[in-house]
Amino acid sequence: MGGSTGYFEFNTVDWNQMWSATWETIWMTIVSIVAVAILGYFIGLLLFETSGSTNLVVRIINWIVALFVNVFRSIPFIILIVLLLPFTKNVVGTIIGPVAALPSLIISAAPFYGRMVELAFHEIDRGVLEASNAMGASQWQIITKVLLPESLPALISGITVTTISLIGYTAMAGAIGAGGLGNLAYQEGFESSNNTVTLVATVIIVIIVFAFQFLGDFATRKVDKRVL
Amino acid sequence: MIEFKDVSKTFATEKGNVTAIKDVNMKIEDGEIFGIVGYSGAGKTTLIRMLNGLETPTTGVVEVNGTKISELDRNALRKKRHKIGMIFQHFNLLWSRTVRKNIEFPLEIAKISKADRQKKAEELIKLVGLEGKEDAYPSELSGGQKQRVGVARALANDPEILLSDEATSALDPQTTDEVLDLLMDINKRLGITIVLITHEMHVIRKICEHVAVLDGGKIIESGQVLDVFKHPQQPITKRFVYSEAAPSPEDTNVVVEQLLKEYPNGKIIQLTFHGNQANLPIVSEIIHKFPKIRISIIEGNIHQTHEGAIGSLFLQLIGDEGDINGALDYLKTMRVETEVIEHGR
Repeated sequence: MGGSTGYFEFNTVDWNQMWSATWETIWMTIVSIVAVAILGYFIGLLLFETSGSTNLVVRIINWIVALFVNVFRSIPFIILIVLLLPFTKNVVGTIIGPVAALPSLIISAAPFYGRMVELAFHEIDRGVLEASNAMGASQWQIITKVLLPESLPALISGITVTTISLIGYTAMAGAIGAGGLGNLAYQEGFESSNNTVTLVATVIIVIIVFAFQFLGDFATRKVDKRVL
Repeated sequence: MIEFKDVSKTFATEKGNVTAIKDVNMKIEDGEIFGIVGYSGAGKTTLIRMLNGLETPTTGVVEVNGTKISELDRNALRKKRHKIGMIFQHFNLLWSRTVRKNIEFPLEIAKISKADRQKKAEELIKLVGLEGKEDAYPSELSGGQKQRVGVARALANDPEILLSDEATSALDPQTTDEVLDLLMDINKRLGITIVLITHEMHVIRKICEHVAVLDGGKIIESGQVLDVFKHPQQPITKRFVYSEAAPSPEDTNVVVEQLLKEYPNGKIIQLTFHGNQANLPIVSEIIHKFPKIRISIIEGNIHQTHEGAIGSLFLQLIGDEGDINGALDYLKTMRVETEVIEHGR
């Protein structure tokens, strides 16, 4: 304990530990983002399809989903983790480690992304939807052939933004035992006062964020054929 | 055949019921180009959207080739829509698809096999003259090209009718004419019935055989395009028809009023020609036959319609009452429509 306080004493860094923490962070991010993308897509679709209806049942469904989304979006992440501890224990069987972080990561980010998906669908040209209806498309055909491809750039840039806040959440989850770079920075960096570990963990997280941002921007540009 | 029988439509709004369509009765024959003209808010869009069930009438029946559109269930309506093509003012293409894939879109919806889709798309690309643009995205096309894609897409499932919702209103005059020529060509080649709505009389004049004028949700005038152009009855129809004429009828009126005052012994007549009559040397014949009459030409114009040219000529005749009456009789024998103008219109 104690001792080193400098930022550039790289010989004090346990690189094996650092790499495995990095992989834990990346793993948590990727697994949760896949789940968030799928769940968020359905939440967004549900919000979109039930919006502006005159049918009472549909309006109630819309209201319930919107309430769920708004409630989970407004709970601070660190509180959500604690709140979900019993749930996590039931589902995953443990409250320690990267897997245990997944439920709270997914439940916090999916409603957030769901709203973005809904917005993306609302931005689709109404005329295109009308034309598809006029051609006799079924609801399913409209979802798969119109809503999804026509909103793809917004869906991708939305998932990019969500990924980046998820990376932040993994670090927070790490601080209370989920593993990953947040955990390492907290335990080695803060509690053992090894500032070099904190700095290296920070740099790696920044690199991961940049990498996802770059990938997201690239993919968005690639699929967007509106301006050529 | 398309038939509207006692069709009315009211929308419930917060301020109470609004009547969009009122007691419309109308028949559209197979293979014709039928135009519905009206100012915005007249109910044109509501009316045309009833033909593919995007709107349902509150009362009355809309029939397309014997099928009552408003009585179809969801599945049957979807199937029917495969056979009713529609083109739009803002094209409504999918930006995420190439020209080819946009044209294949309705075929995918109708679950046509991939090989057949590709074959059909190829044919349609040729039909609308978009060879070489197959793999372009809509954002790389001009307005006219986009509408060609719209037309090809609308024809993909070999529809019985083609609906055109202000299809040329977003295009410049030259491109408008190109698209109208394309529609006329398709009508001739495929024998497809085209129903179009527009606020541009030019569109009606150029390609339609029959026209209905819609105002306040009611059809206030309808008939053969040539007749409506020659003898518009309702004030709104007159405004539409005269909006086409150059110089404007107001200008002509002012001049006519003045001449009537200045030359009380003269007569001003309006001759209306159509078809080959426009080629006859009528004025020189009158001069030849009635040398004592002084003739001055006030205004003349000519327009091309689907059924040939239509022209009008304003003449002032000054001379003996007898000579002038003789000239009028002569015009009658030439079967040129003649109207003596007493006062400005």
